[in-house]
Order: sequence, then structure tokens, then C-alpha cells
Amino acid sequence: MGTSVKDIVIPSNAPKSLLLLKHADYIVSYGEKKDDYEYVMTEYLRMNGMYWGLTSLALVGHLDKMNRSEVIEFVLKCQQDCGGFSCSIGHDPHLLSTLSAIQILTLYDAVESVNTDAVVRWIKSLQQTDGSFYGDKWGEVDTRFSFCAVACLALLGRLDEINVDKAVEFVVSCMNFDGAFGCRPGSESHSGQVYCCVGMLSLAGRLHHVNADQLGWWLCERQLPSGGLNGRPEKLPDVCYSWWVLASLKIIGRLHWIDKNKLVEFILACQDEETGGFADRPGDMVDPFHTLFGLAGLSLLGDTTVKAVNPVLCMPEELLKKSKIQFQYL
Amino acid sequence: MSECNVDDAASNEAWVPFKDRPEWRDLKPIPQDDGPDPVVQIAYSEQFREVYDYFRAIIAADEKSERALSLTKEAAELNPANYSVWNYRRNILQELNKDLKEELKYISQVIEDNPKNYQVWHHRRVIVEWLEDVTDELKFTEKILKEDAKNYHAWQHRQWCIQQFSLWDQELDYVDRLLKEDLRNNSAWNQRHFIIKNTTGYTDEIIKKELKYSQDFIRKAPNNESAWNYMKGVLQERKLFDFPGVLEFCHELYSKQIRSPFLIACMIDCYEEMLELGKPKKEETLQKATQLCNELAEEHDTLRREYWQYIARSLASKYGADVSGDS
Repeated sequence: MGTSVKDIVIPSNAPKSLLLLKHADYIVSYGEKKDDYEYVMTEYLRMNGMYWGLTSLALVGHLDKMNRSEVIEFVLKCQQDCGGFSCSIGHDPHLLSTLSAIQILTLYDAVESVNTDAVVRWIKSLQQTDGSFYGDKWGEVDTRFSFCAVACLALLGRLDEINVDKAVEFVVSCMNFDGAFGCRPGSESHSGQVYCCVGMLSLAGRLHHVNADQLGWWLCERQLPSGGLNGRPEKLPDVCYSWWVLASLKIIGRLHWIDKNKLVEFILACQDEETGGFADRPGDMVDPFHTLFGLAGLSLLGDTTVKAVNPVLCMPEELLKKSKIQFQYL
Repeated sequence: MSECNVDDAASNEAWVPFKDRPEWRDLKPIPQDDGPDPVVQIAYSEQFREVYDYFRAIIAADEKSERALSLTKEAAELNPANYSVWNYRRNILQELNKDLKEELKYISQVIEDNPKNYQVWHHRRVIVEWLEDVTDELKFTEKILKEDAKNYHAWQHRQWCIQQFSLWDQELDYVDRLLKEDLRNNSAWNQRHFIIKNTTGYTDEIIKKELKYSQDFIRKAPNNESAWNYMKGVLQERKLFDFPGVLEFCHELYSKQIRSPFLIACMIDCYEEMLELGKPKKEETLQKATQLCNELAEEHDTLRREYWQYIARSLASKYGADVSGDS
């Protein structure tokens, strides 16, 4: 085809089967190894880290390896007076950590143990007149926060508390000429933002705004000859995009458009056979973030040894069945 | 979604522990409450632990002082992604009425060391907002984009500045320069669309100009996804046939044995539009389109076979009962 694309080559000795138990052990023992220091240097993403770790465990059927009441106690301590959750005790509340907190509580069926009215009030207060959401009181706007706000409220069964029409209007204004979505109106399309926007529209029941064929093509163009997916044109493949691209394709009913076998091969090659866990690319350092998205990606691709994952909220389907959340799929 | 990488802790040279600094003797550090048995435990270095113990202490005391300001600097150096540190630093800057020009210089340095970090860019934006002065911003983002032409944060900041302070005039020249350096720079193509959409808009005249512009780049590298997407984006609200030449352009490349999937995809789009518009020779057009889908599925883009088979099927079911794209 004339020109080469940026890509990687999967080493011939890379893992080819899923090391399920190793991943559970990896998550449980995470942090005992000094090497992991580089990834989670501080507590500023503790709540997200707990969500990644606990959801990974839940997907491999080992959530019982963690102490439920202690986790819940930590999450409760992170709820601030304003209602939002911080990433760790004594930090400032943010929508990113608030969604992780609500997801953790949902995993443990413990949402009732927090002050849900206060969370709802706080999330409402972050919505702007154009429908967008601030991530916290400092005013950063991003479609990630639109997703976080709507996902939290959906999990709490209180979606009607915000102006959903306006929220949808803002997200739709971030749709680009290539059919994909960016952070803010005019920002470049990015698979991570696509996931947030498509997920938000699914929860709001407004997927008709998406040009599913055009977006689907843009998403499946993210697959490279190695089988891995990238986040934007001319970027390297990365396991976390296996989740964002795949989940988006699943939501818009186009998952079968990519080459599943090659993607499975790529994801499996990103495992570390010795330590467990997944890395961004074969041979790199593993971390809980890529471990969750590797497992969740495999689940969407039909690996039945991993529990079925919900493509909108990245949580085990069986836990969400009890909820009354309406997910729209195309 | 969070950044996939975290920068290394600041260098440790000549660091004096807080317990050995006389000016901090009055403050009692507050250790981190990790919660019991945390799932994601974090290994702290001594320096890290101490700086953050004191940071917690100044927040608890709501202290907004020079020493607190310099402490936030140390804390930010150890972890520039900690948003609470930047939040508190801004509170102090306001309270002490600090020189924001100096702060801008400082954050420039931090961003240069950590260009892929949400918090440091947000801090910069707040400072620029407070200053209402955008003098250095284009130059600064250019410097960052010189290192990494696709840095998402730098582009976001640049777009915000351009929009907020009406800096539209020179931007197309800049984009042009970037595309000449790297015609696959998707961020630059996106910026081109952003500028035109917000200034002249895509008028007939501009569309003709932009079609030629993108086609010249496509001739140089026919398999460049970004340029093809831009070219089709230009015609987003029009028909491909409102501006003659698109299909001819494709034929020109195709006749030179170029088989880029983006080229063939564009030809299929043209044929689909002809069918939609009810142009004559319907069966022949449909035949051509489905044949191209099959070429892609079987030869030029096998990774996306399912997609091309779907397109062939849906064309066949919409525009003709007899022709099936399935192989």
C-alpha cells in the first residue's frame, strides 16, 4: 500500500493464552513490589486505582480476595462535605474520583451507605449553561466529565436531576467531521473521548445523534496490522484502547467490524507471564490500569473465562442486572 | 481515563528534610491516612512522604504564606499530577496577590518537563485567564508542539487561547508549516478544520481551495488517513458531486495502480452518492461499488473485511435486489 504505518511487531515468544489466576494474584499483591512505585506514585489516583484493581478482580471472579468493609470505609472517608469524592482522604473532590467511588460502592452493593443526595447535588452544581460539566470547582471542561456525571447519576438512579438535553447538546457539539469525538468543541478526535461521548449518549438514550457507520469506520481504522488498536491516527497501539475502541464499537453495534482474532492475539501478548498483569504493549511494564482494560477487552471479544463486562460502565454485567439503568445499544 | 504514564520524581540532590529546616519547626506534619489494607498500595520515598505530610499540615491549618507557596512547589515537583497541590497553590497566589507573570514563567518550565499532564496545563490556563494576557501563549505551545506535534493538551490550550483572544489571523500559516513538515499530523489537519470553520466557514470558494489543498497532499502520500478524512470533512455538509472532480481525482490515482483503502473507500462513497441521487446506469454503478468493496475485503484491507462486506451488503439491499456483496 505504499506507505508504512506506525506499529509494533509481536514477539514470537509472547504469551498466547490468558493467565487468569496470575492476574488476580498480581492485583492482590500490587504495591508490595517497589517497581510499581513509578506507576502510582502517590495517592492522587488512589480511588481510580482501587476501581481498576477491584473491577479486574471482579471480572476474574476473585472480588472476595479483598476486604469489603475496609474498602467501603476508605471510600466513605473520601466523601467531602460538598458531596463529591476525592481520590484519597484529605484531597479535593473531583468527578473522576467520584465516578470511581460510586462504581466501587456498586461493586459491593453498598451505594446506600453514602449520602447520595449530597453527591447528586454536587454533580448538579458542576453542570454549566451550555450543558457541559466542570470536573471540579476549578472549571476544566471535558467530555470525560460529561460521561462521569451521567454515569454517576445513572448508577444512583437519579439521571433526571440534571438537564440531560443540554448535556447531550454539549457532547454532540464535540462531534467532528470524521464522525468521532474530542474533549471540547473543535478538539481532535480521540478514542478515549469517543468512549466517553458514546457511553454518555447510551445512558441518555440519545445514540441517534451518532453517525454509526462513519464513526464505526473511524473506530475500526484504529486497528493496525499487529492487531492492536491506537487512539488516534499515526499513534502506536495500546491495550487501553482495546477497551475504549471496542466498547464504543459494541455500544454502536459494530464490534464485528474489526479483526477479533488479531486483537485477541495482541492483548494476550501484553501479559507478563511472570508477574501477571497487562502492559500497554508487549514487553512493557504491567500496571492495574492496563490490566483492567486488557481483561475487559477480552471479555467483550467473547472470552468466557472472564465475566461478561458492561461496555458502557466497564463493570461486570451480573452486578448491573439488579439496577434499573437503561443502556441504549445500536 | 487517566494518563498512562507518570513522570519520575524530582531529583533528590541537596534536599534538606523539613524536620531539619528551622522555618518549619512550628508545624506538625500530618501523615497520610492510607485507609486500611489499601488495594493499590503506594510505596513512598522518604522525601515524598515528608513533603506531603507537611502539605497536609498547611492545608489543615489553612496557611497561605510564602513558605506554603514554596512547599507547593516542592510537592508539585515530586508529583505534578496532584491536582490538590495546584488547587491550593492557586488559593495562595490569590491570597498573597503574587506576580502572575512570574507564575507563568514557572509553569512554563513545569510544562516543558511534564508536557502530558492535565493539571499543569489547567494551571497555566487559569493563570492566563487571571492575567488576561495571551502574549506568550502561541509561542509557548509551538515550542511544546515542536517536541511532540500531537500533544493533545498543547493543542487544547492553543485552541482555547485562539478562541478566547481572537488569535485567528496567523494560524493557517502555522498549520500549513506543520503539514509540510509532517503530512500525517492529524492534529494539524484538525486545527485546519477548526480555524476555517470558525473564521470564513466552508464557502464554495473555500471548499474548492481546500479540496485542492488536501488532494495535493494525498498525491504525495495516498495512504494518509488524516488527509482523506479532512478532504471528506470539507464536503461534510455538501454532496461529493456538488464539487466536480472528486471522483475524477480518485480515478486518476486508481489508474496509477494506487490501492490505498482510503482511496477506494472514497470511490465507494462517490458511487453510493450517485445511487442515492438516482443517477443513470444504476446497475453498473452498484456493480462497481460492490466490486471495490470485495477488493478491499479480499485484498487491500483484509483486517476490516467484515466492514467492507457490510457496506457491500447494505448497498446491494438498498439499491439492487440482485447484486450481493458477499463472497
